[in-house]
Amino acid sequence: MTVNGATPVGATTPEEAAFAQEVQRGEPILEVRDLRKHFPLTKGILFKKQVGAVKAVDGVSFDLMQGETLGIVGESGCGKSTLAKVLMNLEPATTGSVKYKGEEISRLSGAGLKAVRRNIQMVFQDPYTSLNPRMTVGDIIGEPFEIHPEVAPKGDRRKAVQDLLDVVGLNPEYINRYPHQFSGGQRQRIGIARGLALKPEIIICDEPVSALDVSVQAQVINLLESLQGEFNLSYMFIAHDLSIVRHISDRVGVMYLGRIVEIGTDLEIYDHATHPYTQALLSAVPVPDPTARESRDRIVLTGDVPSPANPPSGCRFRTRCWKAQEKCEREDPALTVRAWLEGRARHDSACHFAGERENV
Amino acid sequence: MPDRNEPIPDDHDPLRNINPTDSDHLDYVGQQGLAVEQETLIEPDPAKREQARSLWGDAWRDLRRRPIFLVSTVLIVLLILIAIFPGLFTGTDPRASDLINNYLRRPDWTDFFGGGWFGYDGQGRSIYARVIYGARASITVGICVTLAVTLLGGMAGMAAGFFGGWSDAVISRITDIFFGIPLLLGALVLLNAFSVRTVWSVVIALAFLGWTQLARVMRGSVITVKQSDYVVAGRALGAGTSRLMFRHILPNAIAPVIVVATIALGGYITAEATLSFLGIGLQDPTISWGVDISSAQKVIRQAPFVLFFPAAALSITVLAFIMMGDAVRDALDPKLR
Repeated sequence: MTVNGATPVGATTPEEAAFAQEVQRGEPILEVRDLRKHFPLTKGILFKKQVGAVKAVDGVSFDLMQGETLGIVGESGCGKSTLAKVLMNLEPATTGSVKYKGEEISRLSGAGLKAVRRNIQMVFQDPYTSLNPRMTVGDIIGEPFEIHPEVAPKGDRRKAVQDLLDVVGLNPEYINRYPHQFSGGQRQRIGIARGLALKPEIIICDEPVSALDVSVQAQVINLLESLQGEFNLSYMFIAHDLSIVRHISDRVGVMYLGRIVEIGTDLEIYDHATHPYTQALLSAVPVPDPTARESRDRIVLTGDVPSPANPPSGCRFRTRCWKAQEKCEREDPALTVRAWLEGRARHDSACHFAGERENV
Repeated sequence: MPDRNEPIPDDHDPLRNINPTDSDHLDYVGQQGLAVEQETLIEPDPAKREQARSLWGDAWRDLRRRPIFLVSTVLIVLLILIAIFPGLFTGTDPRASDLINNYLRRPDWTDFFGGGWFGYDGQGRSIYARVIYGARASITVGICVTLAVTLLGGMAGMAAGFFGGWSDAVISRITDIFFGIPLLLGALVLLNAFSVRTVWSVVIALAFLGWTQLARVMRGSVITVKQSDYVVAGRALGAGTSRLMFRHILPNAIAPVIVVATIALGGYITAEATLSFLGIGLQDPTISWGVDISSAQKVIRQAPFVLFFPAAALSITVLAFIMMGDAVRDALDPKLR
């Protein structure tokens, strides 16, 4: 299985070659292989009996390169947030491996886990609930230093917190204020400062802007981008807003029902999607121009997302797919490059009949 | 409780509030990228700057304007003063008895100035002095039982809510068992086991049976707070159990417990009086409202005032604590603002 979507196949023009080089930065810093997270469904009150499992994440593999941004998109309930929690070790993985710089981290606990936490941090979705309302901003951003005292000596902590506030564009004098004295955007900056405190290499952003106003979304996205350059961060950026993911990501993975169905560079995914689900998602992006809106070809999927407790056999998308045939029912399509694809369409796609669609 | 106070309005421009899924959003992000490199921060009014407002700060501001809170606070402060320094309020010895001077004698003006405002009981003791000295037993029982049940119930509820799973199942079942024992009946049985019954044996009996209510409130509150993002964020940073419990969960989960404890305090005072009335709580040499109510019932037809004054003192005390609890609950509940 090719999981690194940065293969510069068909890089003919200088522009494309430059682009291919750009996305090929760094070594894989996080390698995820066949990661699964199943939540057991139990029956009975006293003697619990497992009757099934919600397969929230069911066989996800990808690489995160040093310094890149990997966007993960998908509709509600497809397992994006669970994936983030499993990567953060907030939920134990059922099976599979997560390697940070070649070291297995998904089974760690105690001191080993604490050490890894220094390098992988998280920015949360809702800035209104992710900051402790009883702690001052200084305490919130300074807490990582208290937990990991080796990062900043005791005397320097206040200075370090003020520097972090400055880095995220807040007034360092706000150190003694409480979270509710700030607006949503400012709170998200505080959350980002907390994530940066330990100087991590990877930041997992779980829908970091979906709770914010659009103008503030732009500010936060720009902040994340400038911090990436400054601190050489790798982002895993989870969102359901396709436009934002395209703006910030180097590569994009599309998730459906606990699996990645298509992964590639942003250009490959947005302009040369080969998986029917990605095509349907992209066709649902609102178009502001009324004439263009009328002429475009919308794919309207029928039916609901199947239950992750009982996913369809073979290809998981087949129940809603217009290309579905008997083969899709029998065989689970691998996430791989199909031989017949050319140019930018040559990227990993989990469809037996992968192919670009005309006039998307 | 976010956003109760107006946040600094630096990013609320309704004109910019376009639909986040608009596909021209990309261009928009691009343009904004240059325009809003630095978010402009409005410096707050210097006068407002120093007041760091928290939940309790807001609650305090709110409480100061509530007449019910003010009245109950004045009453409680007065009662606590009476309990600590009864000598300041009466010069009469509550145990001094003059059998001629009892409830059957018609009171005259000399009683009013001689420390017998409320008259005299069957043994010729000043009812006023006894009401003043009786406050100590009731207030001590109320406050000590409340502290003990808050501590006991708080710890049990915290352990059950935080660890969940088996520890929750075990602690919750124990709580259910204790919850099933009626407070008064249980205390009756327990106090019978003490050969000498003092204020402290009543405190122990009531605390032993009363912690369940607080444990349940605490457990529910902890479970709610445990799921919040800032606790997850603490775990993601690598925070240990004690840090999560005492820095993140406890300060955010304690408010409902304090409200319930304040209201319950009145109930413990009543329970002490009831036990004393039944003759199973405090006993006669000890001065307590419950004991006096108990002895007054024998003369209720000849001299109802002997019963009236300690009973009124008891009611006012319980009412003061319940009103205080009510006011605190309202002040801590943002939905009632």
